[in-house]
Amino acid sequence: MPLIFDIALTHIAGRGRQTLVAVIGVAVGVGFSIAMAALMQGGQDDFVRQLVDTMPHVDITDEQRTARRQPAEDAFATVAISGLRPRDDRRGIINPTAATSWLESWIPGRFAASLKTQGVIRFSSREVGAAIIGIEPEREPGVSPIVGNFVEGSFSALAAGGNNVLIGDTMASRLGAGFGDTITAVSAEGLTRNFKIAGLFHTGTTARDEGEAYVLLKNAQILSARPNAINDIRIKLDDPDRAPAVAQRAEAELGYKAVAWQEANESILEALVVRNVIMYTVVGAIMLVAGFGIYNIISTITHEKARDIAIMKSLGFPESDMRRLFLLEGVAIGAAGSVLGGLLGVSMTYALSLVRFEIAATGQEMTRLPIAWSLTHYVIASAFALGSAAVAGYLPARRAARLNPVEIIRGAS
Amino acid sequence: MSALIETRQLTRVLPETVPVTLVKDITLAIDEREFVAVTGPSGSGKSSLLYLLGLLDRPTAGTLTIGGRDAEPMNERERARTRLSMLGFVFQFHFLLPEFTARENVEIPMRKLGRLARPQMRERAGELLSSLGLGEHLDKRPDQLSGGQRQRVAVARSLANDPPLILADEPTGSLDSKSSEQVFAILENLVREGGKTVVAVTHDLDMAARMDRRIHIVDGKIG
Ligand SMILES: Nc1ncnc2c1ncn2[C@@H]1O[C@H](COP(=O)(O)OP(=O)(O)O)[C@@H](O)[C@H]1O
Ligand SMILES: [Mg+2]
Repeated sequence: MPLIFDIALTHIAGRGRQTLVAVIGVAVGVGFSIAMAALMQGGQDDFVRQLVDTMPHVDITDEQRTARRQPAEDAFATVAISGLRPRDDRRGIINPTAATSWLESWIPGRFAASLKTQGVIRFSSREVGAAIIGIEPEREPGVSPIVGNFVEGSFSALAAGGNNVLIGDTMASRLGAGFGDTITAVSAEGLTRNFKIAGLFHTGTTARDEGEAYVLLKNAQILSARPNAINDIRIKLDDPDRAPAVAQRAEAELGYKAVAWQEANESILEALVVRNVIMYTVVGAIMLVAGFGIYNIISTITHEKARDIAIMKSLGFPESDMRRLFLLEGVAIGAAGSVLGGLLGVSMTYALSLVRFEIAATGQEMTRLPIAWSLTHYVIASAFALGSAAVAGYLPARRAARLNPVEIIRGAS
Repeated sequence: MSALIETRQLTRVLPETVPVTLVKDITLAIDEREFVAVTGPSGSGKSSLLYLLGLLDRPTAGTLTIGGRDAEPMNERERARTRLSMLGFVFQFHFLLPEFTARENVEIPMRKLGRLARPQMRERAGELLSSLGLGEHLDKRPDQLSGGQRQRVAVARSLANDPPLILADEPTGSLDSKSSEQVFAILENLVREGGKTVVAVTHDLDMAARMDRRIHIVDGKIG
């Protein structure tokens, strides 16, 4: 064993209890940081996963990001046009067949076209405003948020054809309608059509459960008097992280606004970044406190070992060795604390993963805490601990190295 | 032939508000295989001179050459290296590292120098201690040894790297007369048989009389 290492160990071993306290201080800091990171990251991953699951990864709508240039703007330099509105709201994606077959050729995932219109659903004397969404039953399951969430009936009822509609359970109860009842859909154009409720879904997303009604694309087109029209293409990618690139390409080619889920949820994702900053600040603060413990013990050792420092210097150890010696002692405590803290982190994270609780609002779902197991957390927490240990050890080490041996030797004799 | 250690007008003044002169204008030369006594009243500057000779302290004026090398331009690291390989210190109090055994204490300077392999260091430490009559106490820690035994461990440690020059500051000052005689005999033997140079501060005029040369210091000057 290298000499300096040997001496460092005897120093810290000679102060067993104090060393233990400092090591435990670091370990608790590392352990709690890891458990907290696992919990926060878990919550965040879970949240993002739900976000990604419930919404299309890329949503192409029949809108443009910038207003179309008007002929007058080209003709006259001083003309500026604002607040322009189309004569009627009967937009749509032009040439949908070409668009879908182009997407078909390269999209790494699945997509479905639909026509979404605003309308009203009527049952007996009640009315509920709804988004009436016309879908293609062959393609829809690949992107749909509702397929797996049926309380009654199922998604396949739509594929069977006929005038069927799928609505959320909340909407049904607001209408007072049940499975098998016939409701009336009224479009913005004033056309009406009757549909039989062939399925009730519950997704947990309130806006969806009380505000969306799914019918066949053909029926939606008839209802809004827009044959062959679609105004929304929703894409699910195999890899959600590629959404921005896919959106960019689709928008450039098709000329319609294509929004990636990251863009649609920018403010939420920003809030998550802030959350992470807060988390690392707390980790940093914990490590600072642990660092004080290390500073304290190394300072004490250097004071108590002033005589030994003088001896070693008189024997021919240079200042750099003395600095290294006490720095090493600080880092050794930090390293021991990191290892112990890693174990503590694993156990606490495991314990957290076992916690089960009921969501009070629904009372039915038993849920576990979302936990993320990530080696990164351990690496970061240990790096923080070793870093603060090095700083905490370095300051007294530098002071110790500068001790004048003559003063100490003279003082002792 | 040049001296092992040579000083010219060596002076050390402490830069206090009222400057304190520890050592003033000391010019001397000590050859190899000399057994030199440094005598003088208490507070006259004997220890201060020894610290300067041992490169533990820096003079404020004058020059010092050791082994033919001027000490002035040496940096801290080179001075440490010179102490390690050319000098051995023995102080009035033993100054051993308390957590290490006698043998480990003797091994430490060898390990720092790194000239021998570990088993050889261990062997040499054992031999040095045995030659000083400590063969049975190799694995004892300092607090398990008597004052005379500790001082002999300190002598063994000063010899660890086989340096040509041993500096001893009242090595027998805290020992009873029997142990004193033993330690003195060891130092004498180092010069006579071992070919070392020993410079020892002593208050004991009988001992000083038995040495080759006496340098008497009064008020920081050779007097
Ligand atoms: N830091 C200091 N401040 C003031 N005076 C000092 C200091 N160190 C040593 N002295 C004085 O310098 C003188 C020489 O001390 P020292 O070399 O230890 O003498 P000796 O070893 O001959 O007894 C003494 O008078 C001592 O009191
Ligand atoms: Mg003295």
